[in-house]
Amino acid sequence: MDTPAGPVPRIHSRIGSRDLLGRWRVRWGIGRDRYRVAAGLYGLGAPDAAAPVLVTANYKMTFDAVRRDAAGLDAWLLVLDTRGINVWCAAGEGTFGTEEVIRRVAETRLSEIVSHRRLLLPQLGAPGVAAHEVRKGSGFSVRYGPVRSRDIRAFLDAGMKASPAMRRVDFPTMDRLALTPIEIANLLRPAGWAALVLFLLSGFGPGIFSLGAAWERGFAAVAALAAGILAGAVVTPVLLPWLPGRAFSVKGGLTGGVLAVCAVMWQRGSLHAPAALALLLVMAAVSSFVAMNFTGATPFTSPSGVEKEMRRALPVQAGLALLAGLLWVGGAFIR
Amino acid sequence: MDGFRYLEGVSSVRLTAAACIGCGMCEEVCPHGVFAMTDRMARILDRNACMECGACAMNCPTNAISVTPGVGCAAAILNGWISGSKPACGCGG
Repeated sequence: MDTPAGPVPRIHSRIGSRDLLGRWRVRWGIGRDRYRVAAGLYGLGAPDAAAPVLVTANYKMTFDAVRRDAAGLDAWLLVLDTRGINVWCAAGEGTFGTEEVIRRVAETRLSEIVSHRRLLLPQLGAPGVAAHEVRKGSGFSVRYGPVRSRDIRAFLDAGMKASPAMRRVDFPTMDRLALTPIEIANLLRPAGWAALVLFLLSGFGPGIFSLGAAWERGFAAVAALAAGILAGAVVTPVLLPWLPGRAFSVKGGLTGGVLAVCAVMWQRGSLHAPAALALLLVMAAVSSFVAMNFTGATPFTSPSGVEKEMRRALPVQAGLALLAGLLWVGGAFIR
Repeated sequence: MDGFRYLEGVSSVRLTAAACIGCGMCEEVCPHGVFAMTDRMARILDRNACMECGACAMNCPTNAISVTPGVGCAAAILNGWISGSKPACGCGG
C-alpha cells in the first residue's frame, strides 16, 4: 500500500497451515534461530494516518500471534529487529530496546505516515524500553498495552485502558505444556552422553567388564534416566502449581522420587536392593535437575532466587547421582 | 498467580520514596503487581512477587527504583558460572 513515505507491505491476519507447521517445528527447536520476518513497517487492514501503531518483535511466532489477534483492526505494525527473539527475552537482552525503537521509527519515516505521535508497545517489552527516553529520542510517546496480544482489541476498545488482569502474566497449563517439547529437545544431546556413560558403568562387575551386562543393566539405567527427564521436563511443568514447595528442584525431586518408587515396585522381582536404590536416587536427582532448568521458561522466577536455589540444590543433586553410581557399580559385585 | 510464587526474601528491588514523582509507570509496567500507587506515591506492595525483570527501574524517569535485572534461568546461570561471564539466556521462544 502507498503512503507519504513510500510503499508499505500489507499483511493479512489469516494463519495458514504453513504458519501452524512452522510454529510446531520451532516448539521442538527446529530452525528456531531462523524463524523471523523482516523488520520494518507493515499495514494490517486499511490503516490511515490516525490508525494505531503496534510495536512488536520479528520472531515469526510473535508476529503471527499479533496479526492473528489484531484481526479486524486497521493498524500499523512496527516490527523491531530482535534477531528472531520474542518480545520478553529480547527486552531482557536489550534488542527489544529504546535505541531500536528510535532507530526503527526514524528509518520507516513513521512521522510522515501517521498524524498522531503515539506508539503502542507490549507490556513485556518494558524491561528493554525506557518510555521517557523514546519520547526524547523520537518524539513519539510510548503507551504500554496488555501483556497478551489477544487483549489488544479490548484494550483499544476501552480507549487504551488496560484492566488489571491484562497487566498480569499468568502461566496456564496449556502454556506450560507448549514449552515442554523444547525442554526435551534441548536435553537430547546431554542425555545421549549420559546414556553412553551409564552403559559403560553397567558393564563393570565380577568379570571386570561384560558386554552382556553393559547391555542388559545399561538398558535399565538408561530407562531410569529417560524417566527422570520425563518427570522433570514434562510432569513437573504440567503439575507445577500443585506440587509442594517453592523451589523447582524440590518439586522435580518429589515427582521423580514418586515415579521411581512406582517403577521400582513394578520391577521389584528383577531388582536387587542396591540396584533398586540406585535407580530410585538417579531418577529423583535427574528429575530435580531438569525441573530446575524449567525456571528459565517461566515468567515468575527471579535470578536472585534461581541462584540461591542452585547453590543449595546442585550439591545435593550431584551427591545423589554419585551415590547412585556407587550403588549401581557396587551392587554388581555383591549379587 | 496463585501457586506461581517463587522463593521469598531474595528480590533486589529497592524504591527511594523521596525521588518518586508519582507518575505511576512502575505500577503500569510490572507484570506481578509489585507496586501500588497511594496518594500519588509509589510503594512496594508485594516484594516477594518480584522476578527482577527490570521494567520498573527502566521506566522510572527519576531513577527512584533500582533492581539488579537478569534472567531467572538455571541453565543461563550455570553457563555464566562455567564461562565466568554474565548469565545469557539462549531462549528464543
